[in-house]
Parts: sequence; structure tokens; C-alpha cells
Amino acid sequence: MRPNTDKQPATPATPATPATPATPATPATPATDHDDLRSVEAGLDRLQTIGTDRVRPWQRFTTSVLPPVLCVVALIAIWQIWIVIVQPRPDLAPGPLTVLGAIGDAWESGKLQQAVGTSLARGILGFLIAVVIGTPLGMLLAEVRPLRRALGPLISGLQVLPSVAWVPAAILWFGLSDATVYFVVLMGAVPSIINGLIAGVSQMPPQLRQVGTVLGAGRVQMAILIVLPAALPGYVAGLKQGWAFSWRSLMAAEIIATGGSIGFGLGSLLDQSRQLADLPSVLATILLILAIGILVELLAFAPLERRMLRGRGLLVVGTR
Amino acid sequence: MTATPAIRIERVGKRFGTGPVVLDDVNLDIAAGEFVCVLGASGCGKSTLLDLIAGLDRPSSGAITTAEGGAAVMFQESALMPWLTAAGNVELALRLRGIPRADRPRKALELLDVVNLTDAAAKRPHELSGGMRQRVALARALAQDRPVLLMDEPFAALDAITRDLLHEELERVWRATGRTIVFVTHNVREAARLGERVVLLSSRPGRVVGEWRMDAAPGRRIESPEVAAVAIEITERLRKEIRKNAA
Repeated sequence: MRPNTDKQPATPATPATPATPATPATPATPATDHDDLRSVEAGLDRLQTIGTDRVRPWQRFTTSVLPPVLCVVALIAIWQIWIVIVQPRPDLAPGPLTVLGAIGDAWESGKLQQAVGTSLARGILGFLIAVVIGTPLGMLLAEVRPLRRALGPLISGLQVLPSVAWVPAAILWFGLSDATVYFVVLMGAVPSIINGLIAGVSQMPPQLRQVGTVLGAGRVQMAILIVLPAALPGYVAGLKQGWAFSWRSLMAAEIIATGGSIGFGLGSLLDQSRQLADLPSVLATILLILAIGILVELLAFAPLERRMLRGRGLLVVGTR
Repeated sequence: MTATPAIRIERVGKRFGTGPVVLDDVNLDIAAGEFVCVLGASGCGKSTLLDLIAGLDRPSSGAITTAEGGAAVMFQESALMPWLTAAGNVELALRLRGIPRADRPRKALELLDVVNLTDAAAKRPHELSGGMRQRVALARALAQDRPVLLMDEPFAALDAITRDLLHEELERVWRATGRTIVFVTHNVREAARLGERVVLLSSRPGRVVGEWRMDAAPGRRIESPEVAAVAIEITERLRKEIRKNAA
């Protein structure tokens, strides 16, 4: 800022005449006029903007980490109490400690690590392939209207179709191989990602596109610099759903298609435990599948979403 | 006045599909460096006229010629990219203009300084007030470096105090940069406060029905008597035009 030369004579204002306003009687020169405007503007800016305060880590812990953890602990406690009081048949209703023991056993035999490793690697790789396929397809469908009119309902329909339904066909096409698993995962995730992107694009304020035109953006620049970032909230929602569908389809495929060159995943572990009528292991595996799904959501998608929404002012600080 | 006007609008008509005629036989010459306010009630097609000048739409009849270099546009909502900072929004305009990456940050800061917003360069649109957003939008429009600046009711959604300040800011920028400004508004006093020339459009269909030339001396304010006098005159005429729609 330049020095406010105009302020110095005005500050010791005459206190004897309270009726007259503080405006100087002499017309200001253009230069000080500008300084004057700047200082008024700066003052108004300060008045009209409020500083956003960040959430303290402790506050975040008590509002968003503690409640679900307490809830899970309470549920396990109720389960244990029920076992102690009712004493049901242990082979049909194992207690939490028995299930924990089953996890321990699976860990010791090394089956658990193998299953988690195989499934997670497949899930992540399959999801990444789905992103690589779904993103350009979604962009194409969102930007080329005749294409969207023709293919849009079909893609939405594919989202409704459970991707497990593809397993028999995939086995006939690809045999009992990893290709079968990946195919089913892709059929689950790609439509979600495409739909999310289309939804994101159609929810973008039309004026942003106009601004792009006015600023001289070409078709490709418009898509990359304006439409894609504007559609990011819908896109991330689509990715999240795509991951959920990938994980679900993967488990279904692993349960149904076992043997051949298909590796040993969590779904296979689940099916194996069922054949051995080992309910504690079955329950342990189910809980593990759930836990991994939640963990990926919490570690990968939640921070991404929170950062994006906060950056756009769509997330009120303190909520969630 | 001048040999070649910055914008020449000749017998322009506009009609959307088979709907009513929005603009009918509009003729207007705007000189380079002139500040023209286009005034009219709702439905007079003033925003449509601006879209036509900006090249966002085509006239159904007639022709519009604009000076070499085209026009920058500012909308009623700032229409800033919500994922970019204030500086980022200005840099986007510089990027699309073809300014090399290394020069963009410095240029963006210079432009933000023109609207007194260097302190807010790193802020996102949602952290800015409505007035600040419009100033970022003005900086972005200036970043395009086009001779003509088209403004579509840019201050309509702002409070009176902020609007007054932005009038001063805009007038200063106009004097400093020598741009041709076409400013669309439904606010008679705003038009009388800002314009060198006020053009009144009738409604349904939009036609030029009146023109006022103003003495654009610096220091004009919205409460100045000469502004009020012209505003009263224009309002009379505007009401007469609106009354015609009653029958």
C-alpha cells in the first residue's frame, strides 16, 4: 500500500463542530482519490469476509472418530453379553472371541494374508482399470449429446444389473482365470464411474461453460480445464460408488468362481470355510471384507472428498 | 464521431425459434473508448443484445461488427471457477489467451492489484464477498486484453455501498485502460452515474427508443444532482414505454 497522505490532516478532526461530517471540504486530487478508494475498499473487504477457522484435531476426533468406534465396541459387547446369557449352540452362534480366534488361526496359517493380499491387489487394479476406461468414456458421453441420448439409458441400466450376473458368461468366455474376475469387476465399476461423471457435468453451472467460450477455450481445453474440474464432485461420488461396486463384484466373483488359475482371495476363503462348515471363519471373513471396504473408504475417498468440498466452500466447517 | 466505431450494430433482429421477437431493428454505433449504458425493463432483450455482441449467439437478421480483438464479458454472477483461487481464475484467462506459464503469476498479481485485491490472491471464491468476486471477475476480464468489455448487470446483486465503490472502481479502470465498455443494466441511476451515453431499449420487442449523452467528468456520483436530473428524465421515458405494454 502507498502511504495515506490524505489522512494526516484529517485525523485530528475538529471536535467543536459535531454536526459536520468528516469529509474534507477541498476536492482531492486524483492520486489521493485513488488511495482513498483503495482504503475504503480494503475496509469493506475486511468487513465482508470472515476468517474460516480450522477444526482442531481433538474436536475432529471427538465428533467424527469417537462415535462410530464407541458404537462398534457397544455392538460387540452386546454380542458377548448375549452369548454369556443365552448360551446358544456354539457352532451356530459363535461369540466374538471365537471369531477373533478364527482370524488368529487364519493369520497363523498364512491364508489370511494371502487372501487379503490377492483380493486387495485385484480390487485396486480392477478399480484403476475401471477409472482409466470410465473417465474418457464418461467425458465423451457427457460432451457429445447424441451419444449420451443413445447410450445414457443403457449405462444407467447396466448400473442396475448386478454384475454377478456376468460371472457365468465370463467363466464361459475366459474360463476360471483372473480375466473372469477382472471382467466382472469392470462391469460393476465402469457404469458407476461413467454415470457419476455425466451427473457431475450436467450439474455444472451453465455459466462456467459460457465463461470458457468467452475466454476463448477450444473444445479440448474446455473439457480439461473447465468441464472436468467443474464435474469433480459428481465424478468423485461416481468413483466412490465405483469402488464399492468393484469390491462387491470382486467378492461375488471370488465366491462363485473358484479353482482353475484363479488365485486365493477373501471370497475363496469364505467359500472354503462354508464347505468346512466353519462358521467362526465365515463370520471372521465377512467382518474382514466389511472392514477393508470401510478402511479404503475412510483412508482414500473421505479425505479426497473432504478436501475437494472444502476447497469449493461446499463443506461447512465443523459438520461431519 | 470517429471513422470506425468499435461496435456497429445494424438492423439487428433476434427471435428464438418461433417465439416472440426479442430484438427488432436495433441500430447502434459505439465509438472506441466509449462507455455506453444499455438500459431497459425486464424482457427488453438487453442481455440478448450483449450475447449477440459477444458472439455467444447469432442475430436472426442484421449484422454486428466488432473491432479487431473481440470482446471480454462480465456476467451478473461472477461465474468464477470455484476450484481456483482468485489468482488462479485470472491465470486461467491468461492461459487461454496464450500467455506463457512463467509470466502468468506475475501478470495475474498485477491485474489483481488493479482492482485492489492482491491480498486476496490466494483465496477461493467462496471466501470472498460478492463485491470482491466481481472485482476478480473484472480482473479476469481485463486479463483477456480485449478492446471491448461487455458487462451484463454485473453489480445488480450487490449491496448499495459495495455497488457505489465498484462504480468508482470501474470508472477508474475505464479511464486508465481506455476500453470500450457496454454496460447493461435495469437501474436508471446506475446508467446515469456511469455512462457517457445511455441507450434506452423498449420491451417486447426491444428497440432503441431514446439516447442521452452525459458529461462524463470525473467525480460524478450516484447522488450528484446532474445524475439525478437525467435519471428522472430517463425514468419518465422508461415508464411511458412500459405503460404501452398494459394495453
